[in-house]
Amino acid sequence: MNLHAVRAIYVSEMARTFRTLLQSIASPVISTSLYFVVFGGAIGSRMPEIDGVAYGAFIVPGLVMLLLLTESISNASFGIYFPKFVGTIYELLSAPVSALEIVLGFVGAAATKSIILGLIVLLTANLFVPLHIAHPLVMVLFLVLTSVTFSLFGFIIGIWADGFEKLMVVPMLIVMPLTFLGGSFYSIQVLPPFWQTVTLFNPVVYLVNGFRWSFFGIADVHVGHSLAMTFAFLGICLAIVTWIFKTGYRLKA
Amino acid sequence: MSSNAPPAAATAPAVISVRSLRKTYASGFEALKGIDLDIRRGEIFALLGPNGAGKTTLISIICGIVRATSGTVTVDSHDIVGGWRAARSQIGLVPQELTIDTFDTVRATAGFSRGLFGKRASPAHIEKVLRDLSLWDKRDSKVMTLSGGMKRRVLIAKALAHEPRILFLDEPTAGVDVELRRDMWDLVRALRASGVTIILTTHYIAEAEEMADRIGVVNRGELVVVEDKAELMRKLGRKQLILQLPARLEHIPDALAAYRLELSADGSELTYTYDTQSERTGITSLLDALAEAGIGFRDLRTQESSLEDIFVNLVRDQP
Ligand SMILES: Nc1ncnc2c1ncn2[C@@H]1O[C@H](COP(=O)(O)OP(=O)(O)OP(=O)(O)O)[C@@H](O)[C@H]1O
Ligand SMILES: [Mg+2]
Repeated sequence: MNLHAVRAIYVSEMARTFRTLLQSIASPVISTSLYFVVFGGAIGSRMPEIDGVAYGAFIVPGLVMLLLLTESISNASFGIYFPKFVGTIYELLSAPVSALEIVLGFVGAAATKSIILGLIVLLTANLFVPLHIAHPLVMVLFLVLTSVTFSLFGFIIGIWADGFEKLMVVPMLIVMPLTFLGGSFYSIQVLPPFWQTVTLFNPVVYLVNGFRWSFFGIADVHVGHSLAMTFAFLGICLAIVTWIFKTGYRLKA
Repeated sequence: MSSNAPPAAATAPAVISVRSLRKTYASGFEALKGIDLDIRRGEIFALLGPNGAGKTTLISIICGIVRATSGTVTVDSHDIVGGWRAARSQIGLVPQELTIDTFDTVRATAGFSRGLFGKRASPAHIEKVLRDLSLWDKRDSKVMTLSGGMKRRVLIAKALAHEPRILFLDEPTAGVDVELRRDMWDLVRALRASGVTIILTTHYIAEAEEMADRIGVVNRGELVVVEDKAELMRKLGRKQLILQLPARLEHIPDALAAYRLELSADGSELTYTYDTQSERTGITSLLDALAEAGIGFRDLRTQESSLEDIFVNLVRDQP
């Protein structure tokens, strides 16, 4: 195992984050605060409690998930797309580094950034609504698993993308809708039965509900299902990454 | 010239062995058509060839950036597919294009390369490399603030950061001023003196002539010739006698076949190549034979055939 290489990639990716520290942290914090002002404050004050949880608090796990998903995908996809785009990928390909080491470096850095942002947003949320976390260990587990899984997913998109449009299209056209329709801001029990069933095919439902369970002990789906689905998605992403490096897909001529 | 004589290790086993190497790109273009090549440990090997000959493709396969369609490559007896990690650890590559992360500082990007190749951080070694390349003053500058020539130095620094035993330089002098070129050749000689094997590509024959121990010429995906520079230099000793004919000649009479004359495309010039080192140049008998065949000439001149001519002929004679 070339640990020096993993470290080199990780450090250089984190340096990229710190170079743009202000954008990296300010924009998610501001946008999350806006969600709180609008959904939690303005609208939330007129919303009934859901299963005994105030609406402002109810949406916190969903908001953090939305942030983790979008940040993980955009960081990891940009992290690997950029060297491909400017040509510096030659160095990664010619170095004695394995696929696993490259992934550990890039995905590790992207996930680290997501986790830091997730925690910052949780602290920000705490300013608006008092938070009580019922199962802190499960909360951390979901935070880490989601960041890692979606950083891997972003890594795949970054390799697949051969233009900036493709880099943007998946987060915008797939992840945003799935998150909004995935019960981030409502309980899926408010949906008619047919749509409830449809919603169960949305993977984000499991993430949001697992995460929400760790806060309030309530969820629309069992936390075990949530964990199983998260691991399944992680497994799928790992399989795709392995295939990519085996075949050299979009990496080697 | 003596400073360029092949090192004593010239007869040692090959440090890189390329066998029946072929590459067909996804577009269907066959960039390499079966290359066999041995690079000797410790030599400076120059790959010459026109644009699109396949030089970069060959280097890219050896370095692991492009996949071979068929054939094998071993680096220090490690197969580049089966033993990729051991093979790649020994290689440093300076790419043809100026591809470099411009947001990093010079020192950071060199340190990154060292780590990527599995070496423990060594500020002392990085400092030495940067000093050798006159980059030390710029160590904390962002790469994007440097000139093109400076960026090329940074690429060289990155390639040397992990102390490679084999160094590939893909057109290192493209867009480089005289001073940097001289610095670069000094550095290359110093590296060779420390036992590093160097493979460089170039379009400039003079450069190959000045630097290389051996020269390989690639054209249209084939290795046309591989020879010691000294041998090619011997060919340089040849001269050509060019006869301008008063009337166009359709073809060379059979009686003159022994002289291996070349007729220019428009039939107005005959070229005779002879060896100045041999005792008899054959000029007198050629002139007699021409008179006998009834071929006169308006004028004549002689010229030395340069390595350039040899190169151009090799490349042109390809189907
Ligand atoms: N990724 C690719 N896909 C398709 N064809 C390619 C690809 N890369 C190179 N080629 C073709 O392969 C041939 C050899 O290219 P290569 O870059 O190896 O040449 P070269 O000898 O390095 O040329 P130059 O002196 O211009 O750098 C060229 O005709 C080129 O167009
Ligand atoms: Mg080239």
